[in-house]
Amino acid sequence: MIEGRMLETGLQPLAFVSALKNPTPSSVLWRAVAATLVVCGAVLATTPAQGATDTGSHRMSHGQRRASLGASGFKVTGHGRHLLRTGGIKGPYLPDATRYDLTMPYRSPTVLDVTAQKFTLDGKTRVALLINGRMPAPLLRWREGDDVTITVNCHDDMPMPTSIHWHGLQDIPSNQDGTPGLSFAGIKPGESFTYHFKVPQAGTYWYHSQTGAEMARGMYGPIIVDPKGPSPYPKAQRDYVLVLSGWTDVIPRELISNVKMYDDYYDFDQRSFTTIPEEIKTEGGFWNALQSRLLWSRLRMTATDIADVTGEVYSYIINGIAHGSKAGADGWTGIFSKGERVRLHFVNAGGMSLFDVRIPGCAMTLIEADGRPIQPVTVDEFRIAPGETYVVDVTPPEERPYPVFIQPEDRSGYAIGSLTPRATWRAPVPPLDERPTRTLVDLGRLPPGERAPLPPVDDSALAEIDDPGPPPLNADNQYVAPHPTDRTDDPGDGLRHVPERRILNYTMLKARFPAPGQKPPTREIVLHLTGNLERYIWGFNSRKFSDSGPIKLKQGEVVRFKVINDTIMEQPLHLHGLWMQLENGQGPYRPLKHTIIVQPGAVARFVVQADNPGLWALQCQLIYRGLMGMFRAIEVK
Amino acid sequence: MAPLASAQPAPQAAKAGAAKAAASVVEATLKPPHHYVTAHMKAHALSMAQMRQQNQEAMAGWPIMPAPPLHGPALQRQRRLLRAWTPRKPPRVVHRAADAKAPIPLIDGVQPVLDRGRWFHALLEQLEGRYLPGRNTDFRWEGQMWYGTDINKFMVKSEGTWAKGVVDGGIQQFLYSRAISPYWDFQTGIRADLDSGPADIWGAVGVQGLSLYEFELQATGYFNATGVAARLEASYDILITKRLFLQPEVELNFYSQDNIKRGYGRGLSDIDGGLRLRYEFWRKFAPYIGVTYEGPVGHAAWLRRHYGKARRIDTGLGKNLRFTFGLRTWF
Repeated sequence: MIEGRMLETGLQPLAFVSALKNPTPSSVLWRAVAATLVVCGAVLATTPAQGATDTGSHRMSHGQRRASLGASGFKVTGHGRHLLRTGGIKGPYLPDATRYDLTMPYRSPTVLDVTAQKFTLDGKTRVALLINGRMPAPLLRWREGDDVTITVNCHDDMPMPTSIHWHGLQDIPSNQDGTPGLSFAGIKPGESFTYHFKVPQAGTYWYHSQTGAEMARGMYGPIIVDPKGPSPYPKAQRDYVLVLSGWTDVIPRELISNVKMYDDYYDFDQRSFTTIPEEIKTEGGFWNALQSRLLWSRLRMTATDIADVTGEVYSYIINGIAHGSKAGADGWTGIFSKGERVRLHFVNAGGMSLFDVRIPGCAMTLIEADGRPIQPVTVDEFRIAPGETYVVDVTPPEERPYPVFIQPEDRSGYAIGSLTPRATWRAPVPPLDERPTRTLVDLGRLPPGERAPLPPVDDSALAEIDDPGPPPLNADNQYVAPHPTDRTDDPGDGLRHVPERRILNYTMLKARFPAPGQKPPTREIVLHLTGNLERYIWGFNSRKFSDSGPIKLKQGEVVRFKVINDTIMEQPLHLHGLWMQLENGQGPYRPLKHTIIVQPGAVARFVVQADNPGLWALQCQLIYRGLMGMFRAIEVK
Repeated sequence: MAPLASAQPAPQAAKAGAAKAAASVVEATLKPPHHYVTAHMKAHALSMAQMRQQNQEAMAGWPIMPAPPLHGPALQRQRRLLRAWTPRKPPRVVHRAADAKAPIPLIDGVQPVLDRGRWFHALLEQLEGRYLPGRNTDFRWEGQMWYGTDINKFMVKSEGTWAKGVVDGGIQQFLYSRAISPYWDFQTGIRADLDSGPADIWGAVGVQGLSLYEFELQATGYFNATGVAARLEASYDILITKRLFLQPEVELNFYSQDNIKRGYGRGLSDIDGGLRLRYEFWRKFAPYIGVTYEGPVGHAAWLRRHYGKARRIDTGLGKNLRFTFGLRTWF
């Protein structure tokens, strides 16, 4: 049934890919056809494809696609090795269409079918909510400025309504944003919704369900938008998309119920009697260790509270492939030849995990953060929070396999892929790093003398500060950081004391171009990120979403948000529809982000230019924290 | 005279220079920490320039001395002074204008989040056999279950001891529970003493929560026509390893009067305590072993010794300290 529907939409076979892998007479034929199409495409390129009206525009011929590719900077040399690979998990009835090749005209689906469906991971059959039968969902490849029409069919077998949110496409109309309640009413089972918008900017983004915890059940996929003009990046010989996430068989409602009852449900790595010697060592003496224990005990929190959901139930996956499993014993694999520039598009689609990414032995050059080009910065490791996207270029120095090693912040598991010169070579698994412990910095408790002063920001035009003061301690909030610090120069817990690696921090992000129309903010809004771990309630300013009203912005106004994280955990804040200009000391070159990690006990400041009218969500991208109240509506009118 | 005069600056000039230096010292030591102090100062009758002028005039004849480095109490005093001098809320602050508690125009009333969920949980804290070789063995349960939102819940607490077909010490409570602070719930409702013995009804008011240093506490007061009662329960979790927990637990019952039928006496009537070692195979399945102590004390013990046998009430004597095997479970 599903197969039939997919054939109808022209999504199906990608037979030429397998034909390329196994050369047969038919594949030779295909190459001839492709070559002809390239020639036709070059001719057709003179007629602008984006001029076509509504639904027609995305159904370009292969030649047109090829032409648009050629103009996009992903132009290829024709020796057939530019593999763009996504996807590992397929429904049982779906063809093996996991490999896309940039030499071939790409086709993005125009229909997304959302179904509850069986799939196989780790050799076991499980039920997930899948888009077009795949996890991650198919790569959507668009071109900047294209008019895109995407129909989302929510099938009858879906247990609840659905929605698709285009994470990072900040400048699309509010009613196309896909947030149920704020943009539209959602897509009920058996119904369809057609999204129509003009792709606002190039870059790497992703899409996912914004309804309930459907994202945690597999509804997410990557988006790559090619620039209309010349690419701001150097040419790369290979291009891979890595969608990072975690899979658990625990259904979201049960998971929430578990943490509501007992917040440490999945944290089996707490301080115990047997960890006392270790604590004495790390805290520097018995007395300090005792003091630390007493402090955390007095505060009724645990210093080991790194993640709400851990590797205890999560299998960490790259493109739907878990390492060491029967189905994906080899994990994700990317091929390179020595001396090639390989471009890796990282998307963290994990619901609850901040991942630390590194390729031991191979430096990574970050060229894009959250879809926006940045000035290249070379690091050995970076932290990617849920919702963030980074594009890195690597040139592996030797002819050997390199592990693409991804560990969650709490080190409760890992995922590994291989960048390898030969498909059969596997990289060794590096050891996990040490698990971090929360400290006084995370509690915002450094004495005033010892904390770094907040770096100056441009508040020449600031006329009004909207500061509610310290939030009350109530059932929704258990703690207020007394001395929050600026931590944009801090790579984060677990990464601070690794001297042998260069690790990304937010001050290193410097936009490639100054954002157009930057004005100094005229208003400052102070928001506290609050929560009660014990009751698993989260919110802003001691109120969860359903007890709060919208934050009102005037259209055209420039506002600075000063966000103070009073919780002891990282909160990746995602703002829909409007860019957040992170104030990280880079002046006019401050990066534009759609998701910002606000570290515990920290102050993060970002400027928002409210030029896109409508109701937008400001939420914690950690899915269960957002669902349990750390969610606000921002009304721009 | 002349060379001396030429070496020395004119007295007027010296005075002015001294005043300037003194002013800069004052400025350096009293430099306001915040940029908005300037705005505040402007609002005052004296401008910064006027104050500086006044300072200069006042200190014109003073000897020039370097400001002593501040430390200890002096530093504290200065910081206090600055804090007092610095306005807490700058005049341009508008409270909660942006983050107001106004309704959001949700489309079709669809909630984008699930923070209004209602949850059901049941916790069987003790489901155990208490055993002493050659003596009586009995079976005890104690648990609670609740249904409701984050703030408001309906709660049932139940406990009792079953031995030889007789249920003893059964206390069932039906409570409304409301979250009143980060860790504390206020509870009120009915307590019914329901078991094989005579029944009794009380009104109940109490609190339940997590105290400083993470003690789980329940303190409830009861009242009915015959008098008042109180109950205090406390427990603590000590982690031996990541999954092995040692849990001391104690329950104290107080009554304002004797009740021979139900076997309690005025004052502290009975104690139920235990030390349990449980292993959490997973959080919802944690078997344990331990020792428990249960028995009447004081006046209640005296009453039970004298009246217990006649009323066929379990006297609970002679078997107070027992081995215990049980299961802690929840769902």
